[in-house]
Amino acid sequence: MDLLHAFLTLANFVLVPAIAYGSQLAIGALGVTLIYGILRFSNFAHGDTMAFGTMVVVLVTWWFQSMGIHLGPLPTALLALPVGIAACAALVLVTDRAVYRFYRAQKAKPVILVIVSMGVMFIMNSLVRFIIGPDEQRFADGERFILSARDFKAMTGLDEGLTIKTTQGITVITAVVVVAALFWFLNKTRTGKSMRAYSDNEDLALLSGINPERVVVITWLIVAALATVAGTLYGLDKSFKPFTYFQLLLPIFASAIVGGLGNPLGAIAGGFVIAFSEVTVTYAWKKVLAYLGPEGWSPDGLVQLLSTDYKFAVSFAILLVVLLFKPTGLFKGKSV
Amino acid sequence: MKKFLMATAATALMAGSAFAGSHGNEVKLGVILGFTGPIESLTPAMAAGAELAMAEVSASGKLMGGAKVTPVRADSTCVDAGAATAAAERLITSEGVKGIMGADCSGVTGAILANVAVPNGVVMISPSATSPALTAAEDNGLFFRTAPSDARQGQVLADVLMEKGIKSVAVTYTNNDYGKGLADSFAAAYAAVGGTVTTTAAHEDGKADYSAEVGALAAAGGDALVVAGYVDQGGPGIIRASLDAGAFETFVLPDGMIGGALETTFGAEINGSIGTVPGTESEGATMMAKMIADAGIAGGDGPYVGESYDAAALILLAMQAAGSTEPGDYKAKVMDVANAPGEKIYPGELAKALEILAGGGDIDYVGATAVELIGPGEAAGGYREIEIKDGKLTTVKYR
Repeated sequence: MDLLHAFLTLANFVLVPAIAYGSQLAIGALGVTLIYGILRFSNFAHGDTMAFGTMVVVLVTWWFQSMGIHLGPLPTALLALPVGIAACAALVLVTDRAVYRFYRAQKAKPVILVIVSMGVMFIMNSLVRFIIGPDEQRFADGERFILSARDFKAMTGLDEGLTIKTTQGITVITAVVVVAALFWFLNKTRTGKSMRAYSDNEDLALLSGINPERVVVITWLIVAALATVAGTLYGLDKSFKPFTYFQLLLPIFASAIVGGLGNPLGAIAGGFVIAFSEVTVTYAWKKVLAYLGPEGWSPDGLVQLLSTDYKFAVSFAILLVVLLFKPTGLFKGKSV
Repeated sequence: MKKFLMATAATALMAGSAFAGSHGNEVKLGVILGFTGPIESLTPAMAAGAELAMAEVSASGKLMGGAKVTPVRADSTCVDAGAATAAAERLITSEGVKGIMGADCSGVTGAILANVAVPNGVVMISPSATSPALTAAEDNGLFFRTAPSDARQGQVLADVLMEKGIKSVAVTYTNNDYGKGLADSFAAAYAAVGGTVTTTAAHEDGKADYSAEVGALAAAGGDALVVAGYVDQGGPGIIRASLDAGAFETFVLPDGMIGGALETTFGAEINGSIGTVPGTESEGATMMAKMIADAGIAGGDGPYVGESYDAAALILLAMQAAGSTEPGDYKAKVMDVANAPGEKIYPGELAKALEILAGGGDIDYVGATAVELIGPGEAAGGYREIEIKDGKLTTVKYR
């Protein structure tokens, strides 16, 4: 029995990465859920909106780096974030004007809007690849670690290390700030309340004098900000590659649906549920069990439920189970 | 009508091959490489290397009393076995080649060998197919390669690890034939010399994040991590995630992972990591480099150019030794000219070799890549052992 070492191993390979990944998913899912709640369709272009915002951040980061502008121990990308958000907001607003507004005026069914958003997805996808290329780009700089495994071992004299990357720390802090700001905005400000009113009942909101176009524009602005932040955090923590952002769509949608589509609180909870499931199901528990078990004993196999190749299958399975047994999600979202 | 068409086509084909065969003093050699496909940037230089040897022999005028050697190129596509087979079929039936320099990638090489070379009885020497599976392929003594099998690399890696005192490793490989073959051959060789492979897991290329894969590898443990991947694909991601999590600090890197990108990405972070890459120290390599430069071959410093030259040279020397251009006659002579005893032959000395053989003498073809054929006719393979010191790839020794 060695609880301390077992916990450290678990923290190093499961808890810390899953919390960071969960935060990234949560911010992404918030964007999806807001669009679903207010604009009433599932936005398949969300992953590529994230990719576009992140691409602008990457380009501006490189520009800053070439001019010698740095943020000390923090990644320069944080400085470039506002520019990325602005560019992403411009893109989604133009898309809304050019594409979605037409269908909104037609009062098109949600399923038509879903297909439309797929078209938008392909165009954004190509746009990003056209500008920055399909390859992997790295743009993280500054201090890499808050706590590195080697230092931790030297400090404590323990056998197991604990790593906390700067990007993981930033991810969690940013997520808390973004979520707090969003909830304050939705619950306390007049504009936020009008958005919720529009989401709850469109006709009543119109009758009480809420300008729908204004609500739509503000929603897109918030979504652009959330998408760019989520994309940049993911890119900093892992790496930026357009195709992986497209793939992120699945876990993000799974998070939003598990939490309950249209419910912001649910999106956050869903993000963590998906992240923890993906990581724990594909983790090999051998080392942790060896520490927990009696001295000198260790499991023969790796004690890995699923190979890491099946990461996405985990999101899919959870998505299916939730849709079958609790279609409104954990937090009573809108019925799909 | 259909029958008539078939008959006409067949007649035309036969006429074509008869016509090709009627050139008395000309020897045609096929050059089958992937001129389109995943390695299309490497193949032009490889073909040029092979054609250099043919031109040298033609110019000497000493092959079988002054025969001219004509190369005929065909596209193997590297990945499409059907297209490669058709291309090889055309070379033999309509062009009437007497031997094939190729193919390049392991998969198409095996397909051509089984479907075309063996049924038609034509000799094939591949400059670059490294799959261990080809060693055991049914070839009727027709197939040779101047590139070493990856089984050999697995052996070399295992030896290096043992010498360094690394007794247990985890293995991760890129999920394709190259990665799997190399991982398997390494695991077998390592177990044979007393090492322990704690786990073997595949990784997919092109993912953003490998922390989950590394988590599983770390749980299995080991003194070092063998990364049988690609330096411009998932390999660096695995190394990065391992370093970040403090899972492994020493890495074992086969040829696909050795590249300049390693120095720029990791530098001193992976000090003490070891690797192997095909390479020899022989004077032949230097002579070959000069010949390539003189001939002005673009991309001549790329991989497998020397192997291509050697492959073509071996076919022609074997013909001279046998006194016949028929594959059935000269296939047995390939091993004789490639190995000792005899006068050592370096690149650029083919005329001398032809003369010795014509006089009934013996040669030991060394060529550009220190050719030494073992087993069923494949290069023994020289490897360069690499260690990362102060963030630089440094050559420890050749083995």
